[in-house]
Amino acid sequence: MAVADIATRVRAGDSTAVAVVEEYLAKIRSTDGDVHAFNLVTADVALAQASAVDDAVASGHDPGPLAGVPIALKDNMCTEGIDTTCSSKILEGWKPPYNGTVVDRLRDAGAILVGKTNLDEFAMGSSTENSAFGPTKNPHDLGRVPGGSSGGSAASVAAGMAALSFGSDTGGSIRQPAALCGVVGVKPTYGAVSRYGLIAFASSLDQIGPFATTVEDAALALEVIAGHDPLDSTSIPSPAPALLPELDKGVDGLRIGVISELANAADPDVAERMTAALGALEAAGAKIVEVSVPAVVYGLTAYYLIAPAEASSNLARFDGVRYGLRVDGADVQEMMIRTRTAGFGDEVKARIMLGTFALSAGYYDAFYGKAQRLRTMVRRDFDAVYQNVDALISPTSPSIAFEFGDKSDPLAMYKCDVCTIPSNLGGDPAMSVPFGTGDHSMPVGVQVLAPPNGEQMMFRVAAAVERAAP
Amino acid sequence: MTALSRDEVAHVAALARLDLDEAALDHFTDHLSSVLDYAAEIDSLDLSDIPPMVHPLPLRNVFRRDAVGGVVDREAVLAQAPDQDGERFRIPPILGEK
Repeated sequence: MAVADIATRVRAGDSTAVAVVEEYLAKIRSTDGDVHAFNLVTADVALAQASAVDDAVASGHDPGPLAGVPIALKDNMCTEGIDTTCSSKILEGWKPPYNGTVVDRLRDAGAILVGKTNLDEFAMGSSTENSAFGPTKNPHDLGRVPGGSSGGSAASVAAGMAALSFGSDTGGSIRQPAALCGVVGVKPTYGAVSRYGLIAFASSLDQIGPFATTVEDAALALEVIAGHDPLDSTSIPSPAPALLPELDKGVDGLRIGVISELANAADPDVAERMTAALGALEAAGAKIVEVSVPAVVYGLTAYYLIAPAEASSNLARFDGVRYGLRVDGADVQEMMIRTRTAGFGDEVKARIMLGTFALSAGYYDAFYGKAQRLRTMVRRDFDAVYQNVDALISPTSPSIAFEFGDKSDPLAMYKCDVCTIPSNLGGDPAMSVPFGTGDHSMPVGVQVLAPPNGEQMMFRVAAAVERAAP
Repeated sequence: MTALSRDEVAHVAALARLDLDEAALDHFTDHLSSVLDYAAEIDSLDLSDIPPMVHPLPLRNVFRRDAVGGVVDREAVLAQAPDQDGERFRIPPILGEK
């Protein structure tokens, strides 16, 4: 059932939040043993929250636009008193003493937390294989990855275990798993959604966004979580735009660009789907133009220098002093080394060291400094292209979901993010919309990109893509 | 840019407060070298007249009023620490003292 329909029924008293939540908890019990989308199922919390929503309705109070809607949160968002692990042994058992802003806004809108979802450790990965607690499986084929890093969040919605879920996207970690699992995934403009309470990976790139089964549900979810937050100094001060009124406007007369550098990066089955989506947009009245964004070919290199550099700094806080794991040592230095060595997995260690190297004396200018200049080039290239088009289209992922263990070479895994990284570097909004299936009947996503603060245009185009989807 | 040596990886690991055994040193030397080899594609680019971009927003110096706001309870914070004395985090010796 659509999210808006669930909320409408609960707000009207036609259904109870408890009944809705029990239905989803039953689905989790029957399905998650196979899929492993969840690190933690919060059944008791969910039923208590649902009862509170039902009490509010009974006493004549409106619980909000997500009344009784079961949601799942990526396990890198702080939830007061509820385990928040980042799928890392270094935070296993930690219960944050506060809620992230997104968590509070969802609760205040009447949403019900059914669980915390699995991820690549500290959101570093594109398959959820890097979780310290075991991988999540793709609900469409349990032998294939769900994508990542927000693989648990994508799989939870794809398998009907949550009506909405939320993830974080640093280089594609919402959009790529959304594409691979056949759901909608949105990375909003940098600063559109508060990161207060999101455990930081790469602070100049991280952004929270929703997963949903439809573009309309995603719009409703983003309307709830977006908007200025004084607790996040990178939060955009202006009010968040209304999205739902955009969905039915159509694309007649719009100019939509297809990014040639990214179109050429996709496998044939994915490229065929994107071409079909472009044909549908053209049939709906849009003018399709091929455009070049030359700097995106260096996006992967820029990202894999900038993101590890920021991560090496952000993850310095995991030192065994204030929270999480501590492995004792004779002095504080030995304690910190033992704790970090035992607590972090291999991919996290690799990225911390890569970032430490990129920032170290003698290498800063050649690596980190140059990557930042490339970032300016990506921004300038996008700005130039948006002089002539309203929105852009590309594949979301260059391939369908791959099999477990298929990308053991780190560079092969990093290249999964080639189409999604440019939006993080530029700070632009982008979203993935399902558009049929490719090889092996696996889902394919089409990416819709828009200029900074262009969420209204992005959702307008995304809705048109969805209407034309098979 | 050139591939990293084992000694360089050991140095970076020490800076990052990580302890690598011989097998891990080999593993990470290969991993990091392959990424840096790929990154060598930007060696030949002359970007000296392009300004660096630190983050996407044109925000500068975000201030708030100098007033006490919501604070997280100290006991709740300390309760999550690996070791504490009721008022502070407790850690092993820093300067070799007993």
